[in-house]
Amino acid sequence: MSKVGIKSYSYCLNHAPETGSHYGGTPWEAIHSGKEQEYLDALPKHLQSYDHALHYAPNQTYIGGISYEEFEAIPAPWVDKPLPDEKAKRYGKFGELMPEDEFLGLISACDEFELVWLEKSFAESVSKKLAEDPVITEAIVKRVVRPKNMQEFADIEKEVAERGALPLYHDNKVVGCIRMGHPTDHCLTAHVLMENLAGKASGVLALLHLLKNSGLNPLDLDFVIECSEEGAGDVGQRAGGNFAKAIAEVAGCTNASGCDVRGFCAGPVNAMINAAAQVASGARKNIAVVAGGSIPKLYMNSRDHVKKNLLALEDCVGSFAVLIVPDDGTMPVMRLDVLGKHTVGAGGAPQAVTSALTFEPLQAAGLTFSDVDRFAPELQNHEITEPAGAGNVPLANIKMIAALAVMKKAIEKADMMNFIKQHGTIGYAHTQGHIPAGVPFIGPACELIKEGKIKRAMIIGKGSLFLARLTNLADGASFLIEAPSPIEQTASVSKDDIKAMILEALSEIAGKLA
Amino acid sequence: MDLQNQQRVKDAGEKYGTDCVVILGSSDAEGAEIYAETVTAGDPTYAGPLAGVSLELPVYHVFDPIIRAECDPAAWEEQISMMEMVLDPEALAAAVKGMRDQYSKNVIE
Repeated sequence: MSKVGIKSYSYCLNHAPETGSHYGGTPWEAIHSGKEQEYLDALPKHLQSYDHALHYAPNQTYIGGISYEEFEAIPAPWVDKPLPDEKAKRYGKFGELMPEDEFLGLISACDEFELVWLEKSFAESVSKKLAEDPVITEAIVKRVVRPKNMQEFADIEKEVAERGALPLYHDNKVVGCIRMGHPTDHCLTAHVLMENLAGKASGVLALLHLLKNSGLNPLDLDFVIECSEEGAGDVGQRAGGNFAKAIAEVAGCTNASGCDVRGFCAGPVNAMINAAAQVASGARKNIAVVAGGSIPKLYMNSRDHVKKNLLALEDCVGSFAVLIVPDDGTMPVMRLDVLGKHTVGAGGAPQAVTSALTFEPLQAAGLTFSDVDRFAPELQNHEITEPAGAGNVPLANIKMIAALAVMKKAIEKADMMNFIKQHGTIGYAHTQGHIPAGVPFIGPACELIKEGKIKRAMIIGKGSLFLARLTNLADGASFLIEAPSPIEQTASVSKDDIKAMILEALSEIAGKLA
Repeated sequence: MDLQNQQRVKDAGEKYGTDCVVILGSSDAEGAEIYAETVTAGDPTYAGPLAGVSLELPVYHVFDPIIRAECDPAAWEEQISMMEMVLDPEALAAAVKGMRDQYSKNVIE
């Protein structure tokens, strides 16, 4: 059976309310349509402070400030149940929740082309703050205060007013800007570059935390597979890539190479399978699967949050990283022989998709639904999605799995609710597209396996390919994480053994000849 | 209902009139009700092509017994029966019926 070890994982959030309220897809559309002034005027009153975001249970679950089991014990709604201060720290077991000013500094540090200008005193102030972050290297801190990235306020204002740059805000003041990459190329506008640089910067943060969590020397990282939903390119090839190498470079992984894998929200699970296959085959020594987050997804559902007088909670750019290594029998493993594959011919009916991603791979491996302790399908925080009419996504998914289990006679219909409770997962991830797609649970699943509390979890990602207008198909993929089992030792044969065998055979032949 | 789908329904409604039946597959009753209102009385959010346009089309949820009876039982079993177990078919059909009774000019007989 082919399997690989999951050595480590990291999960980070970058708080970005001011960037999001100007450049998130929904506010950006409203600003440019000119038809939704009431919503735009109201949105700032619905933003969440950094301190509130730190005390918000789903955020702390994502970065590992509280365990998944602690989170499960807190009934929703979570917005009015702030965690106690001792559980609301910036740094969790998996990563961190970085404040927005430092995120702007990190974005600037990730710029190679003088695209980001920060006002001089702001840059100096955030570089000092970033220096306190245990994963931010000295080299990164120095990059924040490179002369080419620091400008006077008047120059920033002029660049915005006259040359298509977009202002960056902190405390309601302009503190910098992102400049156009080309005067006419629509793939290199300031808005596109902002998305890409923010994706890169958040991916760097996740990779740095992965290196810290795993203890891996950056120089020993072999390969990076990046799996966000951003497209970096120019007019000749609008999503040419490559985020992976760009991220590895800033993180100091000079011996690594990398490539990007895309598939909308199914990207991360496909990237995990891709990485695991390369490590299991021996093609790579180790691979970091990394994804940065999305600025356009910030405040995606905020029209409804504003309308219903709720806090607009979609204010964090999410990121994650997972380190895949050869299985040594000591760490949780990802199986390569039990992969859910949503085929072209399967169709888009939920029943067909659920069957392809759960029942079919389990059946092929001689397993059944109840052999999986936890299913982790699409872990969107329902406190964000329900007010926008998108329902409770993880609950809807586990209900479908339970219903399929009934149809396949794996459980009784009367046991459906118990199955949902025992085998489902509660969503806690930001609505960042690929970020909630099953992968947030890799960390908690491995922790629960290490603690002996579960034996097996299934990670499921689904992608809406039709959004690109290229095909009407959806996509999906899934894999199993299991507890480690001892490595089977192949008996080795020594030279003396071979000699003895030859002598034995020769004496047998000699005996027959006699 | 997103803007592209509103446009597609508007085009079909204008071409075929109230002989054009809209079948919804929405998974929540509130959404089904809004979609049904959109294709009958007009877009209540005033954001899309059906804002202020009353097509008065006959609209049904796929779980409505009239639609279910039209479906191939084998295809239903293979494609939809699981969702029937997960969702509340009666509530969904009733939510759409409420709008149909108020605003649809034509119904399936």
